[in-house]
Amino acid sequence: MNKGSLVFIGLGLYDEKDITLKGFEEVKKADKVFAEFYTAKLFGTTLKDIETLIGKKITVLSREKTEKGEVVLDSAEKHYTVFLTAGDPMTATTHVDLRIRAIKRGINTQVVHGCSIITAVPGLLGLQSYKFGRTTTLVFPDKNYFPTSPYEVIKENKKMGLHTLVLLDVQADKNRYMTANEGMKFLLEMEEKNRGNVLSKDTLVCVVARAGSNKPVVKADSIKNLIKIDFGPPLHTLVVPGRLHFMEVEALIALAHLPAQLGEKLQKI
Amino acid sequence: MGKKEDNIKKAKNLMNKLDHIRNIGIAAHIDHGKTTLSDNLLAGCGMMSEELAGKQLVLDYDEQEQNRGITINTASASMVHEFEGSEYLINLLDTPGHVDFGGDVTRAMRAVDGCVVVVCAVEGAMPQTETVVRQALREKVKPVLFINKVDRLINELRVTPEEMQQRFIKIINKFNELVNKMVPEEFKGKWNVKVEDGSVAFGSAYYNWAISAPYMKKSGLSFKDIYEYCNKNDQKTLAKKTPIHEVLLDMVVDHLPSPKEAQKYRIPHIWRGDINSELGRSMVETDENGPLAVMITKIIMDPHAGEVAVGRVYSGKIERGQEVYVAGMPKINRVQQVNLMVGADRIPVDFVSAGNIVAATGIKDAIAGSTVTDNPDVEPFERIVHISEPVVTVAVEAKNTKDLPKLIEVLRTVSKADPSIQVEINQETGENLMSGMGELHLEITEYRIKNDYGVDIVTSEPIVVYRESVAKKSPHSFEGKSPNKHNRFYIEVEPLPENIIKALYNNEIPQNVKKYRNEVVKKLQELGMDKETAKGVFGIKGLNIITDVTKGIQYLFETRELIKEAFEEVMKSGPIADEPCQGLLVKLVDAKLHEDAIHRGPAQVIPAVRNAIYGAIMTSDPVLLEPMQKVFISTPQELMGDATRELNQRRAVVRDMQTEKDMVNIDAKAPVAEMFGFASAIRSATGGRVLWNTENIGFEPLPRQLQPEIVRKIRERKGLKPEPYPPEYYMD
Ligand SMILES: Nc1nc2c(ncn2[C@@H]2O[C@H](COP(=O)(O)OP(=O)(O)O)[C@@H](O)[C@H]2O)c(=O)[nH]1
Repeated sequence: MNKGSLVFIGLGLYDEKDITLKGFEEVKKADKVFAEFYTAKLFGTTLKDIETLIGKKITVLSREKTEKGEVVLDSAEKHYTVFLTAGDPMTATTHVDLRIRAIKRGINTQVVHGCSIITAVPGLLGLQSYKFGRTTTLVFPDKNYFPTSPYEVIKENKKMGLHTLVLLDVQADKNRYMTANEGMKFLLEMEEKNRGNVLSKDTLVCVVARAGSNKPVVKADSIKNLIKIDFGPPLHTLVVPGRLHFMEVEALIALAHLPAQLGEKLQKI
Repeated sequence: MGKKEDNIKKAKNLMNKLDHIRNIGIAAHIDHGKTTLSDNLLAGCGMMSEELAGKQLVLDYDEQEQNRGITINTASASMVHEFEGSEYLINLLDTPGHVDFGGDVTRAMRAVDGCVVVVCAVEGAMPQTETVVRQALREKVKPVLFINKVDRLINELRVTPEEMQQRFIKIINKFNELVNKMVPEEFKGKWNVKVEDGSVAFGSAYYNWAISAPYMKKSGLSFKDIYEYCNKNDQKTLAKKTPIHEVLLDMVVDHLPSPKEAQKYRIPHIWRGDINSELGRSMVETDENGPLAVMITKIIMDPHAGEVAVGRVYSGKIERGQEVYVAGMPKINRVQQVNLMVGADRIPVDFVSAGNIVAATGIKDAIAGSTVTDNPDVEPFERIVHISEPVVTVAVEAKNTKDLPKLIEVLRTVSKADPSIQVEINQETGENLMSGMGELHLEITEYRIKNDYGVDIVTSEPIVVYRESVAKKSPHSFEGKSPNKHNRFYIEVEPLPENIIKALYNNEIPQNVKKYRNEVVKKLQELGMDKETAKGVFGIKGLNIITDVTKGIQYLFETRELIKEAFEEVMKSGPIADEPCQGLLVKLVDAKLHEDAIHRGPAQVIPAVRNAIYGAIMTSDPVLLEPMQKVFISTPQELMGDATRELNQRRAVVRDMQTEKDMVNIDAKAPVAEMFGFASAIRSATGGRVLWNTENIGFEPLPRQLQPEIVRKIRERKGLKPEPYPPEYYMD
């Protein structure tokens, strides 16, 4: 057995103070600290502030380096190594792969959870987490790549009456983050292309911006109303609700400014 | 008014009388007299002064061509000719005769409807005669025959009248044999030439006379008279009694089709768009009031006017000041001058209409082969069939570094004017590569860069371009993983069957699979590909095909364009030596994809597929292919030993050897790599008494024992690790 080990620690949602106490204690013990911010990023803080808080230097890895994983694994073979990520570490599938490879190399591994957008967004909206279907991500269209599978996911979820958490593309290397407005625009384009009657300008959607901050923006309304609103700096997230429980409608009115009229209409259905 | 001015006026008037127009080319084996004939036709029609013809070569712009006696450029000239009481406008496109410049020849062939094939009476049909006849028939261009240098038969070889006739019959039979072999089905038996109907003429381009059966009747001259005049050394009188331009242009008008007639059957053949669309119908009808469609055959560099685009108008009118689109280019071009070509002169006109040849300035985005229209969405003319592709490369450097920016500009211009020259410009290293059809082709281009453009350059030794392929089917599928390890693609490769490679090479299968899916699938099945494989085809790159034989994999369709991108990348530079791939069937047999779209984007899919294809090639007996040339040598008996010795030193294989009188014709095949410097070697070995020429004939596997050494050399030259990577390298 190697004497080093690899501890994945989630930094949570928004700023350096979102780390759990347990995570904080673990990172203090570390010989070597790595982090990646390409899958998600903490907008309420800087690398410097995190380093000051934990009292250690952090090596930030690019996507390529993270995916290769060699630097992390080599270090973890000999040293007590910490790998910091935004959110909850294992929601990013790449990190699962890294953990498996560490185990194959005989390295001790451990996970210290953080809070994640996956639970925070439903929480802020007051939607019930067991009523969510598959999560999906909207991708910035690229040369030769404009996947419309998110549309399919929403369609399937809706069919079963389930909500869809729609994450928005993060391209940290290009300093490019998809806004809720862009996301809604792409969804309407996909509807235009596929014509599956899944969405229209009148469809109710929810937007959460800067979950985890002191003043997150939480809104529910029709696309045509929301698409005009400026939600401020990233990160933004969308939810396309399925069939709403009356408690959920109430929550959306109270927590997400769902216009009462729209709320009543939804109650009836 | 001088004769020339008069003709210009007539030409302008004839432009819209479609029945009175012929668009023709003249094609010949090198030195059989094409240039001499073209000049004397022009001179005869008063398009240049008669004394100059034969000395000054109107159609050969480049001084250097005269020196070498090879016509390189395709320019165009219009002539006015009277036949049976009415006037005709004959547009002559000069087609280059040397097969090294195959690209130019085909392009010119596409723009004409008929062709005079010149065959030397002394030498008879030669290999390039066969090539030009093939090129013509492939484009549905109708040929007629002119047997040239008849004076030499009489004056030098001193053949008897009977022997002369025998020779003619032999040439005509051989010609018809070539035609029968390749003629389009609908013209079987109809396009053979016959002495009696005047589709064959005999004569001397040099001495300016010719004769045909109809013209014998007209002039009252017989073969015997002609024999006598030649014998008496009075060919001047002959030229007066039976002038070459009269006889040949009569033949052209009488036997070659007008644009109106020809476009009916040629348009469906050379254009893949919908024949029942507005443009389709207009082209079939050669309608000058329809939408505009022009095919550019040549870009000429003019010191004053700049780039001049020469092409055939198939539909509509091209006018001064008109806004036009060049297929595949984003911007509108504005036509500046519109001209008729008369020899080297361009005569400005207001417009040129359907059925004619135009020379226009201002169409900046056009290159030889472009389609010009007034609507950006129309179907371009089929990509021109390439008879040959670049096989030799040199590195080009400016002698003075300050010339570098200019050199880059000149290289771009050169390849625009002659698309069979490919240039690759590397701004960082300053190393620019120029590829062409052969050593001679590159030498000539080099000469032009120095002399015409005034840039002093140094070039490297010529380097051969190789191809990569596989000798067998993959033993198992190769797995390529994405960098995030969540996507896997499983690829097999195998050699494409010869007949499919050939069909791709001849452009019988559209490269744009997305657009022509049904046609591609049908054609591939006809060629013997099984239904499942054919149906899965979604990409063609060069002489390679990629097919998807997976079933029901969710989301795979979203990554298809990315898979294609990776495929194209690998086909451009393979794993053996970074050379293009050829003859590969790439099969996607399975794939495993991440659930979420964000984890299967370009950065993940492209490397995964690339590695899978690289790995699959490396496990399937990878082979390097080298370009081959047909070498045809005609040598006096006593020098045969020297000639064959020269060949033997060059890994050449002699395929056929035939003795004709005191000459031996050798038909051999040799690697291009070994043929460098052959010109001077054979000249010094035989005192210049041997005639020879070469023709590119595609790629063949390099002998196995030579492969490692050559691979290493290429890789080192490119700054790569000397050995190719083993398959394991591509596993993750
Ligand atoms: N005696 C004779 N020589 C000819 C005749 N036609 C062409 N030539 C010569 O043959 C050579 C090649 O002719 P050219 O027109 O350059 O051939 P091209 O390569 O087909 O263009 C030149 O030296 C010409 O002068 C002809 O009818 N009689």
